[in-house]
Amino acid sequence: MIMFIQRMVIQGIPLLYGSTGEIITEKSGHLNLGIPGIMYVGAIGGVIGAFLYENGAGAANMVPALAILIPLLCSMVCSLLMGLIYCFLTVSLRANQNVTGLALTTFGVGIGNFFGGSLIKLSAADVPSINLTATSNFFKTKLPFAKNLGAFGEIFLSYSFLAYLGIIIALVAAYVLRKTRTGLHLRSVGENPATADAAGINVTKYKYLSTCIGSVIAGLGGLYYIMDYAYGVWSNNGFGDRGWLSVALVIFSTWKPDIAILGSMLFGALLIVQNYIPNLSMSAQELIKMTPYLATIIVLVIVSAKNRKENQPPMALGLSYFREER
Amino acid sequence: MSVPAIELKNITKTFGKSVVANKNVCLTVNYGEILAILGENGSGKTTLLNMISGIYYPDEGQIFVNGEEVSITSPKDAFKYKIGMIHQHFKLVDVFSATENIILGLEDDGKYDIKKASLKVREIAAQYGFEIDPDKKIYEMSVSEKQTVEIIKVLYRGADILMLDEPTAVLTPQETRKLFAVLRKMKESGKAIVIITHKLHEVLDISDKVAVLRKGEYIGTVNTSETNEGQLTEMMVGKKVTLNIDRSDPVDPTDRLIVAHLNCMNRDGFKVLSNVTFTAKSGEILGIAGIAGSGQRELLETIAGLQPMVTGGVQYIVPETGKIEFLRDKTPLQIREMGIRLSFVPEDRLGMGLVGSMGTVDNMMLRSYRKGKGIFLRKQEPKALADKIIEELEVVTPSASTPVRRLSGGNVQKVLVGREIAAAPTVLMAAYPVRGLDINSSYLIYNLLNEQKKNGVAVIFVGEDLDVLLGLCDRIMVIGSGTVTGIVDARTTTKEEIGLLMTKEVRKDA
Repeated sequence: MIMFIQRMVIQGIPLLYGSTGEIITEKSGHLNLGIPGIMYVGAIGGVIGAFLYENGAGAANMVPALAILIPLLCSMVCSLLMGLIYCFLTVSLRANQNVTGLALTTFGVGIGNFFGGSLIKLSAADVPSINLTATSNFFKTKLPFAKNLGAFGEIFLSYSFLAYLGIIIALVAAYVLRKTRTGLHLRSVGENPATADAAGINVTKYKYLSTCIGSVIAGLGGLYYIMDYAYGVWSNNGFGDRGWLSVALVIFSTWKPDIAILGSMLFGALLIVQNYIPNLSMSAQELIKMTPYLATIIVLVIVSAKNRKENQPPMALGLSYFREER
Repeated sequence: MSVPAIELKNITKTFGKSVVANKNVCLTVNYGEILAILGENGSGKTTLLNMISGIYYPDEGQIFVNGEEVSITSPKDAFKYKIGMIHQHFKLVDVFSATENIILGLEDDGKYDIKKASLKVREIAAQYGFEIDPDKKIYEMSVSEKQTVEIIKVLYRGADILMLDEPTAVLTPQETRKLFAVLRKMKESGKAIVIITHKLHEVLDISDKVAVLRKGEYIGTVNTSETNEGQLTEMMVGKKVTLNIDRSDPVDPTDRLIVAHLNCMNRDGFKVLSNVTFTAKSGEILGIAGIAGSGQRELLETIAGLQPMVTGGVQYIVPETGKIEFLRDKTPLQIREMGIRLSFVPEDRLGMGLVGSMGTVDNMMLRSYRKGKGIFLRKQEPKALADKIIEELEVVTPSASTPVRRLSGGNVQKVLVGREIAAAPTVLMAAYPVRGLDINSSYLIYNLLNEQKKNGVAVIFVGEDLDVLLGLCDRIMVIGSGTVTGIVDARTTTKEEIGLLMTKEVRKDA
């Protein structure tokens, strides 16, 4: 049981990063369907940083702080660049958001596989993957006293720092959106940019900032996946459909990062539950893997039927804002 | 004598090369005074206020605030001079509460504290007698509550000069009385208030002074206590201008379309037409006059089968046989299949009339796509029609396949009117067909309508320029807030008569 909860959290955290980032972006009125690509690029960015440092310094001489900071920074810079591409296209050039986002996903996966493939070649391994166990071990450093606290320690304190960071970021995002002036302004930009503009809010600035911050957060989800979930092993296309699950989680949590924490745990549980049910056929396993999407559809049906305005997507989501268009 | 709150000297504003929105306007507003700006549609009232509130910048002239010349280039500048404007279309975020909307964009009053802000909102409300719940969400509010939020938003920012753009257009008479009570309180507390309206009785009720604009020109300012409805109407509509439109006598007028006791809601469920009854006759042009938004659009859309009617009926009399067909609850397609050739030139040309990203030929096919057999389109006929329209109506376009969105307004309208006339209609309805068109294009459209009239078509023309209506139409029906306030003979009536009918308030609450 404890094992199940631990696996559930580790499955859920990448989704939580992705959907927190996407919620912040969508609150500014931008539907970033590039999130899967951005998470993928965030992952490969971290892998590149870790690979260069691990090979440059040698696994034995690695400084813990650098081993964590270098991949972290590389990952953040790469996903920031992806966010900037998306912003420039959709905010400044007012390109169609859906098309841009989907293109960015294709692009991000391509970039990831290209660099992943190149690194695999460089490492000259006999399996098609990159092994960064040394770096991963630094990322997986846990609280030393956790194992002395029994079940409580195992369930709540046995994770790496990135897992806690993800939850803190989600809580902070929820607080900022709900309780601060910045949050109020950001929400007004996503709901009704013309009104925000008339009230003297810099719409472009808010859109850029929220999309870029959202992209960086989403990219960390990719990094967490590689360094923690996958034990530092990169293989091309290993990320699966976690990016799309993150986007589904945004709808599931009705655009609230704090609910996304619970949602990500539920999604994580649904993703692995088939491993804990004995004697399942292959087809039944695949059916169970579908349940997160099913849950999203059920939430959509309920939310649409109740039709509470607070639970609807931001009103201007997906629409470009152009001041002179009246 | 204190310093005036706002003084305008010779303000002129032009859009493009030819459209003069304001010409040499001079105005003075004092603190503790309500100034009403009166004028027809398109007389430049809103443009004038937009210049004071920093949305537009005047081409010529000076603006003085508290006796000092100022340059107002943005809404923020206007706030700096304690000027606040309440627009006709509210700028509010639906899912936010009243307080959240009121403090939106304010950066400078310290810590973000929604409770303190909502206390201040309550204080302001109590001071002037507003009724408001600061925590209520905008989407749960009535129009009048939303307006209250907009007014408090301006007061919250400390405005001393308030400008309201047609605040009563969306209010019921009871709500209007409440608003006026609040405005009087503000006036007593020393604020300067400018209000735009075209309802004469409201002007006489609330204002201290009235400034009249006509087609962008400043006519004059009078003290409300020294004037009356007759004088104001004359200032507003001016002397009759004779236009050089040929008007032939109606050709053998017989009843073609009988609209009886029509009641209709708009899309939000508000009643916009009540008990409209009239007859359109073949071979004549029936003009429809009224303040914009009095229900003209809904009337035409209901006849065309685009909107459901609540009660009432539309009868069509088949010209050849005299048989009566009932058009109620029929879709445009059903009407067409009944063999009734009803053409409609909607006011929203590129929205309802044409598809902007398609060429002239493809737009022609929107009316004829059902012709022909098989799954392939037949392009020859629409192509020929498009070429004919381009040639005969002198449409300036690079080719018949250029997206119509790229054409100028006049040419777009020619394509639309050309297509509707090519269907050889027996009833032709046109809503503001010359809006935004230059003088030559306008005359071309008038001539086309006249030609249709000579061919025995029943033409219904919704217009805004009274001179055109008087020069072009045979009869004019005036609509005031959804009811017919009169049907007059265009040859014998006067602008004053129509102006009075347009502004006549039918008391709904009596």
